[in-house]
Amino acid sequence: MTRNRLTERFAALAAEDRAAFVAYIMAGDPDIGVSSEILAKLPAAGADIIELGMPFSDPMAEGPTIQRAAQRSLAAKTRMADVLAMVAAFRKQDDATPIVLMGYLNPVLFHGFEAFAAKAAAAGVDGLIIVDCPPEEADPLADALDAVGVSLIRLAAPTTDDARLPAVVRRTSGFVYYVSVAGVTGVKEAVSANVAQPVQRLRAASGLPVAVGFGIRTPEKAAEVARLADGVVVGSALVDEIEGALNSGSNENVTERVLSKAAELAKAVRLARVRDA
Amino acid sequence: MNAPSKPNDWSAFPDAQGRFGDYGGRYVAETLMPLVLELDRAYEAAKADPAFQGELNGFLKHYVGRPNPLYFAERLTAHIGGAKIYFKREELNHTGAHKINNCMGQILLAMRMGKTRIIAETGAGQHGVASATVCARFGLPCVVYMGAVDVERQKPNVFRMNLLGAEVRPVTSGAGTLKDAMNEAMRDWVTNVEDTYYMIGTAAGPHPYPAMVRDFQSVIGLEIRQQILEAEGRLPDALVACVGGGSNAIGTFHPFLADEGVKIFGVEASGHGLETDKHAASLTGGKPGVLHGNKTYLLQDDDGQILDAHSISAGLDYPGIGPEHSWLHDVGRAKYLTCTDAEALEAFTLCAKLEGIIPALESAHAIAKLPEVAKEVGKDGIIVMTLSGRGDKDVGTVADALGMSI
Repeated sequence: MTRNRLTERFAALAAEDRAAFVAYIMAGDPDIGVSSEILAKLPAAGADIIELGMPFSDPMAEGPTIQRAAQRSLAAKTRMADVLAMVAAFRKQDDATPIVLMGYLNPVLFHGFEAFAAKAAAAGVDGLIIVDCPPEEADPLADALDAVGVSLIRLAAPTTDDARLPAVVRRTSGFVYYVSVAGVTGVKEAVSANVAQPVQRLRAASGLPVAVGFGIRTPEKAAEVARLADGVVVGSALVDEIEGALNSGSNENVTERVLSKAAELAKAVRLARVRDA
Repeated sequence: MNAPSKPNDWSAFPDAQGRFGDYGGRYVAETLMPLVLELDRAYEAAKADPAFQGELNGFLKHYVGRPNPLYFAERLTAHIGGAKIYFKREELNHTGAHKINNCMGQILLAMRMGKTRIIAETGAGQHGVASATVCARFGLPCVVYMGAVDVERQKPNVFRMNLLGAEVRPVTSGAGTLKDAMNEAMRDWVTNVEDTYYMIGTAAGPHPYPAMVRDFQSVIGLEIRQQILEAEGRLPDALVACVGGGSNAIGTFHPFLADEGVKIFGVEASGHGLETDKHAASLTGGKPGVLHGNKTYLLQDDDGQILDAHSISAGLDYPGIGPEHSWLHDVGRAKYLTCTDAEALEAFTLCAKLEGIIPALESAHAIAKLPEVAKEVGKDGIIVMTLSGRGDKDVGTVADALGMSI
């Protein structure tokens, strides 16, 4: 069995009594070169776990920010092989930071579940989040991922009721991703008061760490959620920095802006429970 | 891959998971999954409720204008010189197309579920107009997502929707056409889970939509059955219908699936030609994949990205197809032909001149393949073609294509 970097990382953070800062970027945004550089430097900026978006032509669960990131990536001719090569290159310098690929089912299905799982595992991918693959449809993919020791991470939502919960957490590993708002990424803001209870319910049902995402943009919000959950996912706010740098028209460094935002968020997550004490 | 074997009971599909063979299913985000399951339960209950069916039939009769005629197209029959050709006149429905059959069913269901806001996607605007129409009739607010490119090329329909009180939201993401409008409608749905009902316009999407839309459109095939028995004393030898998402086609075909003697032909839009990258023939030129909640044939590139479709007919301009068609194609129960923009234009003008009926460009794709089907069923054969919509909306497009100005 391959080692599970997700389990190791969450265990280490639990020992430090702090939540994971999970940073999302889209692979290939604005191109493979720049996004590889960002990826390489995210751990030093404080990312405990990295979610790497796989671009898709029809990202139905994304707000405008990540839709545009996917369009930039595809316009730069990013292919699935490039995304996996990015991870493989990262693994040569960092064998501890977990990488989770996040995206949509069709590109994975296109390459074949077994073939994709084998390549992802070989590249050093630790988990997969497939937005449009609910538990009812997930068994063929879960079989392929189980065989190579890659986690299939499930999403739970505010609409997930108690009746569905057992199905949602069945065959999941690594962590559970709680979608904190009914909506698309990066638009509505999470309300911390509405997060605490679902996180506890998910922890109890799954026995796994729970990361929260889909509505966390600011260091303040990240800190609030870090007091309640095992991980805090920020995506659109980081991708906004890429877009802002690209649109600024100056020679402003895209990488620097993203990393500085990531460092700010990471610090807020790290200090969240310290201030509490 | 060997074709799967034909089932003994065609009406047993989809199964409880919403599968037609390998196709269909429910590929939606977890946030939507409980809503899709709730819709499934609500639809099953409504289907079994005589009061719901009675109410729907009443509106279909008095508001939509059903049953519409089955018309013997005598001059077109003589022109083609083969089998007897009948048109099922869906273009005579209120709003001018088959789309309203489905919208009437879905709005009654939405109200039964206590939903207070309707969203819809539209390409050419026909489903948008039908949605706006039923929302006006029952006093519900209606938001229609429409690709920005389509908003530009279908201005009269945008105006009609506005007149009917609907809000049309142009979608600029992606290529700004039907698939992007559908993405945006799903984003709205996932954001407004409490009060909103998503009225999908074709027999695609997550289960139960493909089965539900098929059921609401099956009124077409059920009427054909009765009308052709009255006119000819027997069932037709062939059915023909155009296929984009495929709702008029599946509504025509489904009541005849068990009648082995009835050949079934769908017609896909091959745009500038199958050999180009400008067509909309998902079955003939695509591969199975997952989009918009279902597994089905899709136009995609060599890395699993969805391609933009092209057809002169905005209603066929979609890179996917309803999952039941994918299955009927694989098991061989239906045969899918293709028709180019140029062939459709020719059929459009031919039908206008010979029959005094200006067909929708979508329906013109089916008309264009009648000679081929006539040859297949022989001189004594009977063909029923569903004339899914009227072509008033298309006169601008056709004039442009023929190099004329209006």
